[in-house]
Amino acid sequence: MGPKRLRAYNSCPVGLRDIPLVSTAEFRETVVRSVADGARLAALFGRPHGPNTLRLLAVLARSSEGALFIVETEVSDCYPSLTVDCPQAHWFEREMAEQWGVRPLGHPWLKPIRFHHSYRPGYDAWARSATEAIQPSVTDFFQVAGEEVHDVAVGPVHAGIIEPGHFRFQCHGENVYHLEISLGYQHRGVERAMLGGPTSRSAHYMETLAGDTSVGHMTAYCQAIEALQGCIVPARAYALRAVALEIERLANHTGDLGALAGDVGYLPTAAHCGRLRGDFLNLTALLCGNRFGRGLVRPGGVVFDLDADQAKLLLERIGRIYNNVTTAVDLLWKTPSVVGRFEKTGRVLRQTCEDLGLVGPAARACGLERDVRYEFPSGIYALRHIPIAIGETGDVFARAYVRWLEIQRSVAFIQEQLEMLPGGPIRAATGELPPERLVVSLAEGWRGEICHVAVTDVGGRFAHYKVVDPSFHNWMGLAMALRDQQISDFPLCNKSFNLSYCGHDL
Amino acid sequence: MLKELVARCKLGYGTIPFPAKEPILPDRYRGCPVVDAARCPGQCRVCAEVCPTSAVKVSADGLHLDLGRCLFCGECETACPVNAIRFSREYRMAARRRQDLVLPGTGTGTARALDARMKRLLGRALRLRQVSAGGCNACEADTNVLTTVVFDLGRFGIQFVASPRHADGILVTGPVTENMKPALIKTYEAVPAPKIVIAVGACAIAGGPYAGHKEVHDGVEGILPVDLYIPGCPPHPIVILDGLLRLLGRIGK
Ligand code: SF4
Repeated sequence: MGPKRLRAYNSCPVGLRDIPLVSTAEFRETVVRSVADGARLAALFGRPHGPNTLRLLAVLARSSEGALFIVETEVSDCYPSLTVDCPQAHWFEREMAEQWGVRPLGHPWLKPIRFHHSYRPGYDAWARSATEAIQPSVTDFFQVAGEEVHDVAVGPVHAGIIEPGHFRFQCHGENVYHLEISLGYQHRGVERAMLGGPTSRSAHYMETLAGDTSVGHMTAYCQAIEALQGCIVPARAYALRAVALEIERLANHTGDLGALAGDVGYLPTAAHCGRLRGDFLNLTALLCGNRFGRGLVRPGGVVFDLDADQAKLLLERIGRIYNNVTTAVDLLWKTPSVVGRFEKTGRVLRQTCEDLGLVGPAARACGLERDVRYEFPSGIYALRHIPIAIGETGDVFARAYVRWLEIQRSVAFIQEQLEMLPGGPIRAATGELPPERLVVSLAEGWRGEICHVAVTDVGGRFAHYKVVDPSFHNWMGLAMALRDQQISDFPLCNKSFNLSYCGHDL
Repeated sequence: MLKELVARCKLGYGTIPFPAKEPILPDRYRGCPVVDAARCPGQCRVCAEVCPTSAVKVSADGLHLDLGRCLFCGECETACPVNAIRFSREYRMAARRRQDLVLPGTGTGTARALDARMKRLLGRALRLRQVSAGGCNACEADTNVLTTVVFDLGRFGIQFVASPRHADGILVTGPVTENMKPALIKTYEAVPAPKIVIAVGACAIAGGPYAGHKEVHDGVEGILPVDLYIPGCPPHPIVILDGLLRLLGRIGK
């Protein structure tokens, strides 16, 4: 008999009581074995169950079957850590320790990730009192000792216009032994504020969770709500959502290619792409008036329709912008000094990528076929697949080239959708949420897999709302990419991942 | 070199003629709301109920909308049965004083320039240090975009610099999280006096979607003295640029 775990699918709700509750040992075994067997830890979180017990819930994503597996266990203030046998759990276990004061015994590097007080009164994984001030990044860091070994500390405030984070490099001369990344500066309490919802703010939390991924996170949220309610979303709405999601990807990928060019001092592409990124944002504004897609996607469908003339205009403009992007990006591949700087820089091995459970372009650049649109499709993607863009070398070059391939495929997809937009309404009515259900909603944002898990209470309100931004998986990948690199290559490596701070910090 | 020149010719010239010419904004752009308080009978309050951030208030002294708290979602416009609130295409929204952001009013969009002394010091070359203090990266992105060839901020003598020591002021985004408050204050202190503070976006002005959270401080107000408020979630880059140029006396009187 196989392990006890509930089979579920993307955006298909399950009864809370149907989730098998197993012993802590069995839970550990199930997660470790499933991951060893090719599943990925899409989410692992704690939710309180009475004042002194905590339920740990794991969502295992198994691509080969397009299925998700859910299993739960109950703990009080500690449990045997999974990380040693399943490195993908590393960050999740730190998060649970911080949020609920539950200690994963034997965790190799147990530190806070966001620097806030525990949500469970009387429990703190580091025995801090509730009144003690918690200062961001005031904690232990990796130490490397020896002659000429030194630490370089950067942030939270960086040189450019970028979000805050703290980076600690352990260096020997120019060479980086290890990079430790300490975040939490953007922590705004999103998950906590979702409890008891949906409220009039819920949609705004989702659209501003990671502002450059407004459509991505909002799509995941809406899928969750609609699935819980059994709402039938009109096909036209699905198509328009997908168009917006792909434009979001185009804007960010184009911006990233420009920024990568800038980081190696190749200004033509940097300048052109900076502007072309804005052209894509203006397409999103054409859809809904806002450059980031705010107010476009809502539970039940979309708020703004596209008439035939607007669809034609959008098609025309997207074609024109794409031609310009092609001109600007082609320069990169034809310039040996650029390619030379991209190749073999910030390499992540395929094995490391699998061990850490990386997602999105960073994983695809290592040759892994990871893409929600293909593995766990929902909405219009269930009907129309976008071919996965794969790299091989796992370096900056591969992460850049995968983005370029994705730009081409997203443009083709959008063109196809706009040419045959389904007719009919753009929004269905929505109602109350049913009690005691759980749904896992996945969407492929431009950075990778966005995972939302919504749990309702007896009254049909959110008893728990878990958000896993792709950055949550991938920050560790950036740290690994920096090993044995020149510290001066950090900006380039960083941009090749371009992870979210606020999406991680929530 | 040749291929770069060919590409440059194909891609053409990209800088917009603002402020010499009016900017082109999207058809569905939601700019400054127009509050027609006389239309509001003051009973139903549906606008106030649907507003996610309590930007709309209906009280004994009538209907008011606080642009500083507004997310420009348009829910109030949709909900109001008598069209007392309507989103216009007006992009001139920056204000020098917090109270000027409350509509109906007379203060928005006409932000005064700095006083003569500050204008003499900063009017021709303004260096800003940007600090993101819990911003979602949309305000940051649409501030950053001003440095691209489209807006070409440099032609106005405005520049973002890497160190507060080289800056004349700071431009803050985000609701000021508890975890960023010390870094924000330190950055401000590191800027040599006299210095200015610009709050960009609903978060930096009043907390935005995060107003009232214990993890944030509801914006810069009360932490640093603010010289310019630029509303929006996020403000369109033109709104930001218009505000900056008004502050320097490059637009308006
Ligand atoms: S005001 Fe809006 S866009 Fe700006 S940082 Fe806050 S949530 Fe993001």
